[in-house]
Amino acid sequence: MITMAQALNTALREAMDEDERVLVFGEDVGALGGVFRITDGLTAKFGEDRCFDTPLAEAGIAGFAVGMAMGGFRPVIEMQFDAFAYPAFEQIASHVAKMRNRTRGRIGLPIVIRIPYAGGIGGVEHHCDSSEGYYAHTPGLKVVTPATVEDAYSLLREAIDDPDPVVFMEPKKLYWSKSDLPDVAGLARTEPFGRAAVRRPGRDVTLVAYGPSVPVALDAAEAAKEEGWDAEVVDLRTIVPFDDATVAASVRRTGRCVVVSEAAGFAGVGAEIAARVQERCFHSLHAPVLRVSGLDIPYPPPMLEHHHLPDVDRVLDTLDRLQRDDRPDMRHLGGAA
Amino acid sequence: MTGRVAELLPSAEPVRFLTDDGAAVRGRRPRHPLPEPELLRRAYRAMVIGRRFDAQATALTKQGRLAVYPSSHGQEACQVGAVLALDEGDWFFPTYRESVALVTRGIDPVEVLALLRGSEHCGYDPERHHVAPQCTPLATQTVHAAGLAYAERRKGTGRVALVCVGDGATSEGDFHEALNFAAVFKAPVVFFVQNNQYAISVPLERQTAAPSLAHKGIGYGVRSERVDGNDPVAVLAVLAAAVEHARSGEGPFLVEAHTYRLESHTNADDASRYRTDAEAEQWRRRDPVTRLERYLRRRGHLSAADISAWYAEAEEFAGRLRDRMNTDPELAPLGLFDHVYGTPTPQLEEQRALLRAEIEAEEALS
Repeated sequence: MITMAQALNTALREAMDEDERVLVFGEDVGALGGVFRITDGLTAKFGEDRCFDTPLAEAGIAGFAVGMAMGGFRPVIEMQFDAFAYPAFEQIASHVAKMRNRTRGRIGLPIVIRIPYAGGIGGVEHHCDSSEGYYAHTPGLKVVTPATVEDAYSLLREAIDDPDPVVFMEPKKLYWSKSDLPDVAGLARTEPFGRAAVRRPGRDVTLVAYGPSVPVALDAAEAAKEEGWDAEVVDLRTIVPFDDATVAASVRRTGRCVVVSEAAGFAGVGAEIAARVQERCFHSLHAPVLRVSGLDIPYPPPMLEHHHLPDVDRVLDTLDRLQRDDRPDMRHLGGAA
Repeated sequence: MTGRVAELLPSAEPVRFLTDDGAAVRGRRPRHPLPEPELLRRAYRAMVIGRRFDAQATALTKQGRLAVYPSSHGQEACQVGAVLALDEGDWFFPTYRESVALVTRGIDPVEVLALLRGSEHCGYDPERHHVAPQCTPLATQTVHAAGLAYAERRKGTGRVALVCVGDGATSEGDFHEALNFAAVFKAPVVFFVQNNQYAISVPLERQTAAPSLAHKGIGYGVRSERVDGNDPVAVLAVLAAAVEHARSGEGPFLVEAHTYRLESHTNADDASRYRTDAEAEQWRRRDPVTRLERYLRRRGHLSAADISAWYAEAEEFAGRLRDRMNTDPELAPLGLFDHVYGTPTPQLEEQRALLRAEIEAEEALS
């Protein structure tokens, strides 16, 4: 049984083994192996030139990676936590994302920016943000987030090989999730970027999710069986590029769609998905596209986070709100049915 | 430790080789070797051409051929010195004010002006010239220069990087992170601050309380020096030492040049709102072109024929530029989708089709 953390570590190890231009750097990634141990053992195996600690300065880390990529290296940098990546945002939005475009394709930046993100681990303030929306809203970046151990390996290998900058968002609460694979030798490259995966087939409703929300959607689908729902679960795998085809095909089949995302709902990735679905599937829809999201509040203290995070019950309540006939159901607004 | 501190600190006064009148400074023995006459002649020629180019670019804004132009009139010694200090393989990281430097580097002036014309973000090929795109955000390119220099060091190429910033940008966090990274990783990079006294309208005393901008190096263990930025001989001498320091594996070097932007920030700015003519007049008396001309003439390194030949060359250069800029650039709107990613996403292809339809509909109407 291997964990997502081990799968990520294996992906880094193999990529570094195969290509000496691949470098890993960031805060505490060397001797310590990263605060989540994702880079464990890399300095010992590849030496300090290949995996090294930097000064504690995220804009510096990202900007240094830009220069090193211009110089022919393939940096994989670690931002220690989601909110600790914000100092690097200018470098990411103004340079990492734009260099290829600004130079009309003459300089590409094959940089992977690894960001442990999202909540559900009892973390303190500034350690639990769902920041994917900021990156997904920035043309030029690819935004990837695995939900399974196997995908963590495959997507990270893809990311390191990709000619474009990739913001690789690692759901913290899934670091210790396990796969049935007996050991890391079973890990393999699967689908390329831009392919969503149907994790559970179903006929009545499509639950679209990514990263930390995929297990929630799967658990909800299982629980919904008792209420007569046969729910399909689509795992996006990559937010950018977005797989419209798989999502739309699923919704056209089921006729209903609920988007599950842990981030605050307003103006988020979940809103984008809902809009894309109704633009493409309007005539197949039997109900409005609904969203299950985090609340529109700053990430709450650990003892209150369960109120914020989407869980099985919130998904089931939302399924209840899907109209199965022409009568508008406004119970969620507190009015009479 | 005291010895190390003294070694890192800049000189008590900016390094000068020339008086304001272009005479050799007497007395103290200069810390740096005097640049060769041939290099000084090249610098003079490049400044003459650069100044004419700068005037032409400003004129092009008035004709509506350039959206905006940040002049470097008055800063020619820095613009030219920064480029002549480098070898062909070295990397240069400019800001938006470095157009004269880019022309000196040998880049086609029409390509240099593409950003300001508004036809492209970067008109030249950075790989070909080893010149990064002109950077509009402030100080962000300093970290790129540190990273690239470190990459060159790792590859053992012997190349260095030189990155330009202004006085205002030394207040940005990235400038400090770049100095720190460069020092920690011994990256062969020269940080070249053109302190032209104003960040748009904000004077230096509102940027810093440090004894000088060069003093910012010592906090990071970065050796630094300051120089009279309107003295081309001193600029070349100090930058040569800085580049040599970096190239020989000693790590980064910070140079602050004291200079003055004689024009407004850009053609859209009005300098009379924040500074006096009398102040500008003082700096006009320290003009780098005149100072070097007098110096070289006195030493017999420059003839009247050289001067008239180079002024004529500058005139021709400006004329050709004007003619070429007076034609409309070729634009390829459907190419907007080409370099967002290595391969366009399906969504970008959909948008390309949409834009194609819009353009065709527009053309059908006209």
